[in-house]
Amino acid sequence: MATIHLGVGQVAASLALVGVAALVSVWQQADLEGDIVVATVRSFIQLTAIGYVIKVIFEQNNLAFVAALLAVMVLFGALTARHRARRVPHAFWPLLLALALAGASTLLLVVALGVFKPQARYLVPVGGMVIGNAMTAAAVALNRLGDDVADGAAQIEATLALGATASQAMRPLLRRSLRSGMIPLIDSTKTTGLIFFPGTMVGMLLAGATPINAVRLQLILLYVLLGSVALAALTSVHVAYRNFFTEAHQLRELPQASA
Amino acid sequence: MLFALREVTYRRGGRVILPALTVALEEGMTALVGPSGAGKSTLLRLLNRLADPDGGTIHYRGRDVRDYDVLELRREIALVPQLPALLPGSVAENVAYGPGLCGRECELDRALALAGLDSAFAERSAKQLSVGEQQRVMLARALALEPAVLLLDEPTAALDERSRDAVERTLLELHTRVSAAIIVVTHDQGQARRLGDRVLVLDGGCIQQQPQAVTA
Repeated sequence: MATIHLGVGQVAASLALVGVAALVSVWQQADLEGDIVVATVRSFIQLTAIGYVIKVIFEQNNLAFVAALLAVMVLFGALTARHRARRVPHAFWPLLLALALAGASTLLLVVALGVFKPQARYLVPVGGMVIGNAMTAAAVALNRLGDDVADGAAQIEATLALGATASQAMRPLLRRSLRSGMIPLIDSTKTTGLIFFPGTMVGMLLAGATPINAVRLQLILLYVLLGSVALAALTSVHVAYRNFFTEAHQLRELPQASA
Repeated sequence: MLFALREVTYRRGGRVILPALTVALEEGMTALVGPSGAGKSTLLRLLNRLADPDGGTIHYRGRDVRDYDVLELRREIALVPQLPALLPGSVAENVAYGPGLCGRECELDRALALAGLDSAFAERSAKQLSVGEQQRVMLARALALEPAVLLLDEPTAALDERSRDAVERTLLELHTRVSAAIIVVTHDQGQARRLGDRVLVLDGGCIQQQPQAVTA
């Protein structure tokens, strides 16, 4: 496969489009200039830093380093997703467990099935994608769960009052939250190739891969992501709902809703 | 003695709702009357352990409520909340839900009849009923558990006068037909007198007046 080399100059040139975004914001008074600058600077620093980290890890090709990097991603993923699940009490732990489980089991499975070799250059990018998508799914699922419990407290308590366990009273809500977490990826998988070209395929094509190879890798990643997103949404929802209840199947006083 | 509450305190959201409630509740039909915010609904929630007090004890038939299996206790002491909160599905599915949780058969027609509903309601969608009808389905759903105690929280609050009278007639008839003790919470003094064998007045989380038999 031919590789392409990009200089700092080419990256700098692409900033012209950031300038367009900033101009649109100023012109339309969208008040997003500050955010655009922060996003541009942060993406530059974060990606450059991770680029060097990955470079070292690829050179070492030591699985312990890979595991450590993925663990850090899981940690930051859980911390980030927690903000989207403010109405779920102690959401951090279910999220951490969900991301760790989705990441670890997915990578183990793809290695065991012989899809990828257990090497840093495969495990790091695939792991990063898996954890990133798992984070989004778990955050969306728990966000929905928190809103549904707040809105449906009367319904939940009415069901508990009939002698239902917390799990029985929550069943319809858990189903809805799980669906919320999984639907975005399922929908984008359905429309992939028609409405948008996913990132991996774009990257492979730009890097000079044949279209068929680019498509095959993209398909593998989409299928892997579907599994990991399902696991992340399922785990986060089924662990997190318990935090709404006491041991005696009582709905706890809900935290005050915040924006 | 049905319930004995001793020095029961309860706070929610930093607010004291029951400062130190001591009261005995007997068998039969007890009406608990008081202004809104007096702690009436809270009291019902404590009786079937949807919540636990911060202090004090609640005994049901001589045993601390916390010594019972909480799920069995809730089936034995059934609470009908103030606002209808039915599950999606038919009336029959709603009524059979409670008995289904513990693998019991449901006497659907009997439960509907006791709640004043015709058996033709069984197949109707719960969401398409009027508020008054939904409230009766909530009652039927609780009765399907064949509870020993029925806790009713403002059963007529959402109803017009005519529906209210009809529900009151249903409750009085129910009282004669089932052996369950009934505790009905209301803000309406007249309703309390019409329904209760005894009337308790709760205000500011305290009993204002000792229970007394209502003389006809």
